[in-house]
Amino acid sequence: MDIHEYQAKEILQSFGVTIPRGGIVYSPETAENKAREIGGSKWVVKAQIHSGARGKAGGVIVCNSPLEVAQATDKLLGKKLVTNQTGPEGKIVNRIYIEEATDIEKELYLGLVFDRASESIMVVASTEGGMSVEEIAKEKPDSIIRSKIEVAVGIQSFQARELAFGLGIEPELIRRASETIMGCAKAFSELDATMVEVNPLVISKQKQILALDCKMSFDNNAMFRRDKVSELRDKTQEDEKEVYASDRGLNYVSLEGNIGNIINGAGLAMASMDMIKLAGGEPANFLDVGGGATPEKIVKAFRLITMDKKVRVILVNIFAGINRCDWVAEGIVQALKKIEIKVPLVIRLAGTNVEKGSKILRDSKLNYIEANTLEDAANKAVAALK
Amino acid sequence: MAVIIEKDTKILIQGFTGKMGTFHAEEMIKYGSNVVGGVTPGKGGQKHLDRPVFNTVKDAVKHTGATASILFVPPAFAADSAMEAADAGIKTCVAIVDGIPSHDMIRIKRYMRRYSRNEKMTLVGPNCAGIISPGKSMLGIMPGHIYKEGRVGIISRSGTLGYEAAEQMKNLGIGISTSVGIGGDPINGSSFRDIIEKFETDDETDAILMIGEIGGPQEVAAGEFAKENMKKPVIGYIAGLTAPKGRVMGHAGAIVSAYGESAIEKVEILKDCGVTISKNPSVMGDTVKSVLEKI
Repeated sequence: MDIHEYQAKEILQSFGVTIPRGGIVYSPETAENKAREIGGSKWVVKAQIHSGARGKAGGVIVCNSPLEVAQATDKLLGKKLVTNQTGPEGKIVNRIYIEEATDIEKELYLGLVFDRASESIMVVASTEGGMSVEEIAKEKPDSIIRSKIEVAVGIQSFQARELAFGLGIEPELIRRASETIMGCAKAFSELDATMVEVNPLVISKQKQILALDCKMSFDNNAMFRRDKVSELRDKTQEDEKEVYASDRGLNYVSLEGNIGNIINGAGLAMASMDMIKLAGGEPANFLDVGGGATPEKIVKAFRLITMDKKVRVILVNIFAGINRCDWVAEGIVQALKKIEIKVPLVIRLAGTNVEKGSKILRDSKLNYIEANTLEDAANKAVAALK
Repeated sequence: MAVIIEKDTKILIQGFTGKMGTFHAEEMIKYGSNVVGGVTPGKGGQKHLDRPVFNTVKDAVKHTGATASILFVPPAFAADSAMEAADAGIKTCVAIVDGIPSHDMIRIKRYMRRYSRNEKMTLVGPNCAGIISPGKSMLGIMPGHIYKEGRVGIISRSGTLGYEAAEQMKNLGIGISTSVGIGGDPINGSSFRDIIEKFETDDETDAILMIGEIGGPQEVAAGEFAKENMKKPVIGYIAGLTAPKGRVMGHAGAIVSAYGESAIEKVEILKDCGVTISKNPSVMGDTVKSVLEKI
């Protein structure tokens, strides 16, 4: 789960990280007042969407008066911002963060991630802040320093100090820099985060160490014990169909193609999508109804797929294990009594009781195309597009 | 002997009396697995499915001599149950449960470092289908009847894709020595490399099919291990050719976030390691067959 920049800043501040003065607004009317409340003579108006690279997309505006702040807020609110991370449809701006402008002396990079190879939390830092970590890794790989956190004891002061000295931070600022790094690490561990990124982490001309932009992501599997974090979810930043799916226990990812998929198991779903691609088609989605694939889930899956206007063929591929094909077939028949499908439907069943399942489908007088293997199903789905 | 589990391996069900535990315990018993009892804290002394229920794993091990367990406990309590099994001397523990927080998985793995190599438990999963040695024992939730007895080892992150492979092989008359589902989470108990190493020394296995997917470094690590250390042929398939970068594809671990984690990159690296690649998921069985013919 992702959260907004301002939410990440509030969290990190509570762990001892210093952030510039700022506040959130939802309307241009309150923006002008908020700028005065923050004080100073220069402000940055930042669109809050779940994406990086907002500056390049016009989502960050520097203003020199409270009036300009109001105008910038008016310009951004309700707009859809398209960045290199949002996809072509972009993300809607419903919240604006207004922040005092910072006199930047130096920009640094600080990130924390799970390192799957060493199965630990890795701190990644670089003197080349402001660029994405991918760009840093490509263009200035030598600037990157890393430190592995031992999960049993958490980050140690010496590790934070080593990183701070490694970033070339001047001696009088080392203590604050270490506290900042340790604060981020504590937030990561204590809140079940999967990613914390402060980019840039800046040293201001006034010799303050400030988190100028922050991002945090959290482990969906741990939200049961993170009430306060899960309240920060903003569904307006997620694909409508993906929200519908996640609220109903389905694993769904919206894609660009036109062959809709209903499959049980994540691996089989990815494999079926691969087969569609190899057969010359493009999948409209990834959808895993789960190993169980109960009739109720199949009804929900059909509802979800029919919400997607791009879909011109639906492919159902179920490998029944513990659940039996006859049961799955009955689920499909029930679903199609409730939902009208206007596009060709290809069904492949395999596994336990496949003969019984196929018979139920044939006897149901449903209009569908029967497929036997994974390859057959993909070929028939692509052929049905024509 | 089979890898990991034997015909007579004594099995405990953790979360025995719950709905999931009961259902799958019955399936395992029907398959012929030697289920000797189970654990549900607070229900010790009762009988369930004609087998004793214990309050703690230690009690259960003491009274039954069990060496393997399978977890059917909710994600919030799974880490605790896995560590309890490790501490009670269980040798093989399969965690079926989907949804264990990653931070908990790291804690389990750190906790298990307190045991020496010889007394350390093999944890398989979480978010997996478990282990089956066809004709011998099933410590998992797979449909046992699709697995034919034979001499090919399977390791798969995905459950259903492992079933797909087993069925393709059965249709070609190819049997399986042991199939291990290592699960779809970013941090898991056993990696491809851990299991492939066991298959290399297993005298009942002639070749290994490794079914991977996008995300993480494990397939490549296993490929590199195979190149350096293995004589048995390895066949591989990587799912997720069409998966967009940075999106989680169902499995929490199926996300491309670094170089070498996409399907195309993994396939190229595995080929360099001498792994025979199944070019698409519908020819996993055929690819295994062609490799076996060359042995």
